[in-house]
Amino acid sequence: MTCLPARTDKKLGLAIDLDTCVGCNACVTACKGWNDQGYGVPLSDQDPYGAHPSGTFLNRVHSYQVVPEQGAAQVVSFPRSCLHCDNAPCVTVCPTGASYKRSEDGIVLVDEDICIGCGLCAWACPYGAREMDQAAGVMKKCTLCVDRIYNEALPEEDREPACVRTCPTGARHFGDFADPDSKVSQLAARRGGYDLMPDMGTRPTNKYLPPRPKDRMDAAPLAPLLDIKTTGFAGWLDRMLEKF
Amino acid sequence: MYPASSVIVFTVLSGLGFGFLAFLGAGLVTPSGWTAFFLWGLGYALAVGGLLASTFHLGNPQRAWRAMSQWRTSWLSREGVMAIATLLVLAPVALSDWLGLGWSRLPGMVGAVMALVTVLTTSMIYAQLKAVPRWNHWVTPAMFLCFALAGGAILALPRWPALGVVVVMGLALVLSWLIGDRRFAEVGQTMGKATGLDRIGTPSVFDPAHTAGNYLLHEMIHIVGRKHVARLRILALIFAVLLPVLALALLPGAVLPRAVAATAYLIGAFAARWLFFAQAEHVVGLYYGKR
Repeated sequence: MTCLPARTDKKLGLAIDLDTCVGCNACVTACKGWNDQGYGVPLSDQDPYGAHPSGTFLNRVHSYQVVPEQGAAQVVSFPRSCLHCDNAPCVTVCPTGASYKRSEDGIVLVDEDICIGCGLCAWACPYGAREMDQAAGVMKKCTLCVDRIYNEALPEEDREPACVRTCPTGARHFGDFADPDSKVSQLAARRGGYDLMPDMGTRPTNKYLPPRPKDRMDAAPLAPLLDIKTTGFAGWLDRMLEKF
Repeated sequence: MYPASSVIVFTVLSGLGFGFLAFLGAGLVTPSGWTAFFLWGLGYALAVGGLLASTFHLGNPQRAWRAMSQWRTSWLSREGVMAIATLLVLAPVALSDWLGLGWSRLPGMVGAVMALVTVLTTSMIYAQLKAVPRWNHWVTPAMFLCFALAGGAILALPRWPALGVVVVMGLALVLSWLIGDRRFAEVGQTMGKATGLDRIGTPSVFDPAHTAGNYLLHEMIHIVGRKHVARLRILALIFAVLLPVLALALLPGAVLPRAVAATAYLIGAFAARWLFFAQAEHVVGLYYGKR
């Protein structure tokens, strides 16, 4: 049913650390790798070895140049995927009941056997988190690796989303935001974790941790050399030359 | 947004069809015999043809019947339910008009209101989307309803009242452009808010997330063709408003002015609806530095 649950027991989601992310795209690759073979139809590619390859991805990494009011510009890598919103507009617009939010853990999923591929949920999402699979004609989105996190066939350390498991810099953290003592809640509180486009009223679960403030470079290291006062013969020469 | 022809055909034809059915149901035109068969048939054909066209853009159209189920939250589902309910409620009146059965016109009155509600639900599919600021405004349902009423009036009403409704529609269309053009700035979403990086400075795209196209870029960041906006708007006004007004005011006879006005209206409505989609900007474009 496309009614949103009044509350969810857990709020599983990600804390994504923009300070630590180096934009290596390992999370993109791991996501595509895992979700190609488990939950639902594979993430198809079109013309993968041809001149105009494209394909379905559940996670994409952007990069931005950010110019502060003072100081040097910096480059920020920015992974973008489903935020598993509390007030998910993609769920309520679905005409078939294929999109739903789970009351037990807050994960937003698509039942691909019911999805008619109308695309309205992707239109409703401000974040571009949903992509229609061009081969199967059904909507694909991040499942928070629901087939990993509860999977007792996997060793315990693998029971987290593929993107989190693979991240070489530890920029992605998985946990329960409903529990104020969880690692992700603590991290978000300590680092000022924020919502994307809060005015859209979606109340995202995932939090982004802002890049830490950079220290400033002192004045140019060679600057003192420009201010040498000459004395003696060199000083006399300097004064004489300035007259011409 | 990508102006998919199936969705343009759907909204224009079913809007016109339900507008016409509303006038027929309300008894503002009461044909009998084979005229009734033809006119009611035209209304049903437009409405149903539009609905069928809407299934062409589906990834899995064979499951389209499932779209009736989520009327409690989904405007798209409500649209499907209302459309079919309206067509069923009006059926006895159509039958009675055709065969001269003299049945009560009460279902016609109810069906007329339901037909307009159906158009409203169609418009709400778009107006509900906060992520598309241009659509997310009351002027969207107002414009859709005016288009349905004007199309229906051209086919059903005497020439002078019809002319009046067409003029009102023209005003609603211009208003939707004036309001729509301001909406993105009004809503105030920026790349800084979309990424949250406005906290540390002013962001701009450094390296795109992907150089190939994808569903998002194709479907929601459709920027091709916007450069002809001014010309298309003028064409839409000429065909949807000016020509129908002239035809209704000047052409002789009963059928000719309606036929000319309706044909021009359809061309104008297609142009206006193409613009409705092509000009709408989705906030996801902010992540790509495109709108």
